[in-house]
Amino acid sequence: MALATKAVMIRQQLDKCPTGVRGLDEITSGGLPKGRPTLVCGSAGSGKTLLGMQFLVMGALKYGEPGVFMSFEETGEELAQNVRSLGFDLKDLEAKKKIFVDYVHVERSEIEETGEYDLEGLFIRLGNAIDTIGAKRVVLDTVETLFSGLSNAAIVRAELKRLFRWLKDKGMTAVITGEKGVNTLTRHGLEEYVSDCVIFLDHRVTEQISTRRLRIIKYRGSTHGTNEFPFLIDNDGIHVMPITSLGLKHVVSRERISSGIPRLDAMLGGKGYYRGSTVLISGTAGTGKTSLAAQFADAACRRGERCLFLAFEESESQIGRNMRSIGIDLAQWVKKGRLQVQAERPTLYGLEAHLAEIQNIIPRFKPSVVVIDPISNLSTVASFIDVKSMLIRLLDLLKSQGVTTMLTALTPAGRSSLESTDIGISSLADAWLLLRDIEIGGERNRGMYILKSRGMAHSNQVREFRLTPHGVDLLDVYVGPAGVLTGSARLAQEAREKAEAASSEAEIEIKRLNLESRRKAMEAEIEAIRSRYKAEEAETERHLVQARQRQVLLGEDRVRMAKSRKADRG
Amino acid sequence: MAMKKKGSERTRVRPVAPKAWDLKLYVAGQTARSVAAFANLKKICEEHLKGQYRIQLIDLLENPKLARGDQILALPTLVRKLPTPVKKIIGDLSNKDRVLVGLDLRPRVP
Repeated sequence: MALATKAVMIRQQLDKCPTGVRGLDEITSGGLPKGRPTLVCGSAGSGKTLLGMQFLVMGALKYGEPGVFMSFEETGEELAQNVRSLGFDLKDLEAKKKIFVDYVHVERSEIEETGEYDLEGLFIRLGNAIDTIGAKRVVLDTVETLFSGLSNAAIVRAELKRLFRWLKDKGMTAVITGEKGVNTLTRHGLEEYVSDCVIFLDHRVTEQISTRRLRIIKYRGSTHGTNEFPFLIDNDGIHVMPITSLGLKHVVSRERISSGIPRLDAMLGGKGYYRGSTVLISGTAGTGKTSLAAQFADAACRRGERCLFLAFEESESQIGRNMRSIGIDLAQWVKKGRLQVQAERPTLYGLEAHLAEIQNIIPRFKPSVVVIDPISNLSTVASFIDVKSMLIRLLDLLKSQGVTTMLTALTPAGRSSLESTDIGISSLADAWLLLRDIEIGGERNRGMYILKSRGMAHSNQVREFRLTPHGVDLLDVYVGPAGVLTGSARLAQEAREKAEAASSEAEIEIKRLNLESRRKAMEAEIEAIRSRYKAEEAETERHLVQARQRQVLLGEDRVRMAKSRKADRG
Repeated sequence: MAMKKKGSERTRVRPVAPKAWDLKLYVAGQTARSVAAFANLKKICEEHLKGQYRIQLIDLLENPKLARGDQILALPTLVRKLPTPVKKIIGDLSNKDRVLVGLDLRPRVP
């Protein structure tokens, strides 16, 4: 209880000042410490000035906080030009008294130092600028220039310390930029004076691909993400990608959606994939990964949903042509606005730029299905670890939006185990279909099976996977002593079985006929016995009648004889 | 009236037209340092530029906006507006030699 109260108190004490920089406010849980200076350090070209400028512009436009930009390096004109490409109209904001830009020019060769001095002039200028527009935010870019402009470092040091204190007293949320030193965060140790919040920007080029990263080194009295967060500078300024902060909290759907192949749906518990799940299709070259993905995309569009197809290997028209050959017309969906094909070489940008692009498309296009074909190509631009981390973030994002994602991955031929992917992302997949080629009888055919499918009963059967002019078709395979039979071997087996079946049918027919004739013979015999009996019966009857007649006649004769003898008896 | 004598500032001061030296001393309030700076400047000018100079004392506490125009950071700052090029000397001007060098009244010794 006491702890909870304390936590609330701390939260109240630490007011945050939103930067308006996408992503940064999320990793700092709200922004920079309000009314305090923040040090932003990094090497040349790492984006310090831009971060400061965006902080001010967003403050002026979104949060109603005017700001002073004191530039020690670039003139107001240069600054205005530099940020115009990002859609910031600095001159307009200056005219509206929302931003005050003061260019401070310090050049050692023009200055002679003759005794004691202080930097009160700087304070007066800054104070005047703040008062003129009622500023709440201040950016000093880069105060370290003072060290090169003035020879007395001790004075500069003392005065900067005083300046930061003064800014704090005035309640200014300030961003102070500093150039990275050899072994220190800043060349002149500014981090010693600005200790509330330190943000480090890094710009690395690995294998010709540049990646920008942001890290919060310190944030006194506040929780913050400690990771390095990739960021990029696009048309709208700085964009930090804090997706790892999403966590595993997304609500899953029970709805099922068709894979586009009835037979495959049957294998997947009869209904297809779960909506919002991640489906991985891996396989060696030419096993039909793209076709399977296209079939899925086609099915989604057919249901009236929108599908984003990210192609990292083939152009849109190439995919269109190839899929038409198996009877899938993707162009119609593009025309109807249900399918968006985003085709580009992975090497065109760094990984983060790809991620950001996808992130930008999703809220605008609102796809329910996303296909990435193939993810294995991404590893050409970054290390496996980077690709994996990017994919995790991407999949988390897609899952949180309930988007069903299909990833294809190329398994290099000749791998000992097909059940592994280059990038090791199999654990991220909810369903994993494995395509493999089966070489038998001088033929190469495609086989498919479901390696896993979380949360549903699914078939464990290997199916032959065929590309027909009307789409993907799955067939049963024959498992014989020589292994799985596909292709013509399967056809031969089918013919053989048909023949066998036919011959046994004939035998049965013969047996049936035999039986029939025997039945007839038996019936004939029965008939004969019956007629013989009838004849005997008739004969016996006749004899009986004759015997009776004879008796009657005998009786009559006796009477007649007695009459004639005139017998006295009778 | 303010005639420029090119190259004349290099080695020694030649008598030029009055007020050919236009000097501005920026200070912030009447601090001991600003008073000292003004006194030091006055003394140097009387010694080297008698009759040819004009000193304008600017208190930035009263006119803070003026700091931007002459790119003032450190205080006190002495700005030599004329003769051109503009020169800046910061500090309380207690180091006379350096003031003279800064004003181009004495060659810079390597």
